[in-house]
Amino acid sequence: MPVPDKKGFFDKPGNFRRFMAFFFASLVVLLVVDFFIAKHGYFGWEDVPDFFAAYGFVSCVLLVLAAKVLRIIVKRREDYYDR
Amino acid sequence: MTASLPPALIFIIAAAITPLVSSRVKKVLGLVAPLLSIALISATPLGAHWTVTFLDYDLVLGQVDKLSKVFGYIFSLIAFLAMLFAWRVEDDLERCSALVYAGSALGVTFAGDFFSLYIFWELMAVASTFLILAARTPAARRAAARYLLVHLTGGLFLLAGIIMRLAASGKLEVGHLGIDGSAANWLIFLGIAVNAAIPPLHPWLKDAYPKATATGAVFLSAFTTKSAVYLMARTFAGADVLIWLGAFMTFFPIFYAVLENDIRGVLSYSLINQVGFMMCGIGIGTPLALNGAVSHAFAHILYKALLFMSAGAVMYRTGKILCTDLGGLYKYMPLTCIACIIGAASISAFPLFSGFVTKSMIVSASGAGGLMVVWLMLQFASAGVFHHAGIKVPFFMFFGHDSGLRPKEAPLPMLLAMGGAAFFCIFIGVYPAPLYSLLPFPVDYVPYTGAHVIGQLELLMFGALAFCLLMMSGLYPAEQRAINLDFDWFYRMGGRAFYRLCDAALNGINRASDRVLVRRLSEGLGRYFADGPSRLALWAARPWWGIMGVRGPELERRQATLRGAMQASVLPVGLAAAMALVMVILLFVF
Repeated sequence: MPVPDKKGFFDKPGNFRRFMAFFFASLVVLLVVDFFIAKHGYFGWEDVPDFFAAYGFVSCVLLVLAAKVLRIIVKRREDYYDR
Repeated sequence: MTASLPPALIFIIAAAITPLVSSRVKKVLGLVAPLLSIALISATPLGAHWTVTFLDYDLVLGQVDKLSKVFGYIFSLIAFLAMLFAWRVEDDLERCSALVYAGSALGVTFAGDFFSLYIFWELMAVASTFLILAARTPAARRAAARYLLVHLTGGLFLLAGIIMRLAASGKLEVGHLGIDGSAANWLIFLGIAVNAAIPPLHPWLKDAYPKATATGAVFLSAFTTKSAVYLMARTFAGADVLIWLGAFMTFFPIFYAVLENDIRGVLSYSLINQVGFMMCGIGIGTPLALNGAVSHAFAHILYKALLFMSAGAVMYRTGKILCTDLGGLYKYMPLTCIACIIGAASISAFPLFSGFVTKSMIVSASGAGGLMVVWLMLQFASAGVFHHAGIKVPFFMFFGHDSGLRPKEAPLPMLLAMGGAAFFCIFIGVYPAPLYSLLPFPVDYVPYTGAHVIGQLELLMFGALAFCLLMMSGLYPAEQRAINLDFDWFYRMGGRAFYRLCDAALNGINRASDRVLVRRLSEGLGRYFADGPSRLALWAARPWWGIMGVRGPELERRQATLRGAMQASVLPVGLAAAMALVMVILLFVF
């Protein structure tokens, strides 16, 4: 018996916008709260407010951009080894 | 307790009975064996058990201490959950090999001597190969052959190391070895490193795991690499080389995971990345780092199995596993989707999930040791793992574009298994004390501090922000049906070159031998032995016939007769006897 099409959470108009709004709001809350947290890191930079936010963001952007460069070098056809 | 069976044997006996009993009994058997094993391990006091004398050696099948116990528990627990996940599997080959595989991993864990360890080590390689073969596709067959070759080679390194160590020191017991510069220890290290998928020895994992059956991959994700983690922790704790190998191992697979199209390929790369954290912890070697490595292995087995289960359930229902073919399934498989997200949150080390309370011990240990670069690499890898395993895996399977697939929810046994694994992922994250009490060293680590929670949340959420922005701007590399060359290129192309070299060299020798020995030499010898005696006889007879005045046609007739008789060896008996007599006389005289 085929399963009929279903309406999911993100199919309802406005839900995706609400989800993203919640996501961005939580980012702002994190950035603000970080100023009021007592820190005793192993390295000096750990105590800089919002260090981890910057490090996480920069890491992921670098990761993706580096992966794009890597793809140019290593990408081959699916049957590369079978030929 | 020495009267009872070692845990490994419980599984192996269950495997031996499996083909003989009805479908329902073998399914129950698959669940009972792990439960018995857990009960047995918890009832066994610390110390050496199940000692067998073999030749002149005492083989210890049950070296029970805190380290082997915690691995014994998790291997048994995951065998239970994976068997539950595989409840519908009727294939005896897969059931038996899964049981033997789990049993031999427990055998490795409790082995007190290197002989029995080696036997279980090889049994593990062979049994796991059949989990790949059980997919019964040509690609799986080829991958299984490569997988077996790699693991047998690794096993031989281990065996060579064991024998050299035995010859040098007479010692067989499994204990701390360390890198002391001896070839024996390096060989043992290399043998373990193959199973731990330490680069550049890692390509087998990404090659084989995505080609196993939907259920087989769950078993594979748990045992081979983690039994290597166990053995590495036992034998090479504090080896500096592991710090850097481990850090590199967390680092490089995430780039490949971003590009990978096969969901189980992404999970394979993130598996290597997570084992990297454990290797790094073992290399640092402080009590905090070793506790981190062991607890992270414990948590990792659960969430990685959970992720492989959710991918397996999708594969079971849709028959597809490539990012390019999947998407939008959250509406049709909501429970599988939730299980996948819990696994993803755990591997990403979100607060309240298991990875948070285990991985952070390793990262903290690197900070406490002042290893600045390692700390930065591990944090980078933590953000990266969220990026590819935490977001990419659920996103491309369950969200993203609508793939047009309309599957049913996963069957009940699969949902129960995923529910069980998900429960433990959250339980450990919320209440780590029971896990901490199982660890080899006393734990005074507090994971839930304000700075740690907020710092980790920032790292992850801003990684997610990067994913969103890159996705929306179209900069994120689109999923493509392609493969990405890894170190496997060197093995596969190296293998091919070696094959060609052998072809040219050995077949060249073959052809030359054929030409010289078979054709020329044998022909020459044949001629020599056929014509030689007749010529000799003619040479002796001709003067005699000359003296006797035999000429013309008569001479030719006699020559032809003698040549024919010599070549066919049909001389009159008297003549042969006379020649023999002459020969004897000649020998006697000279």
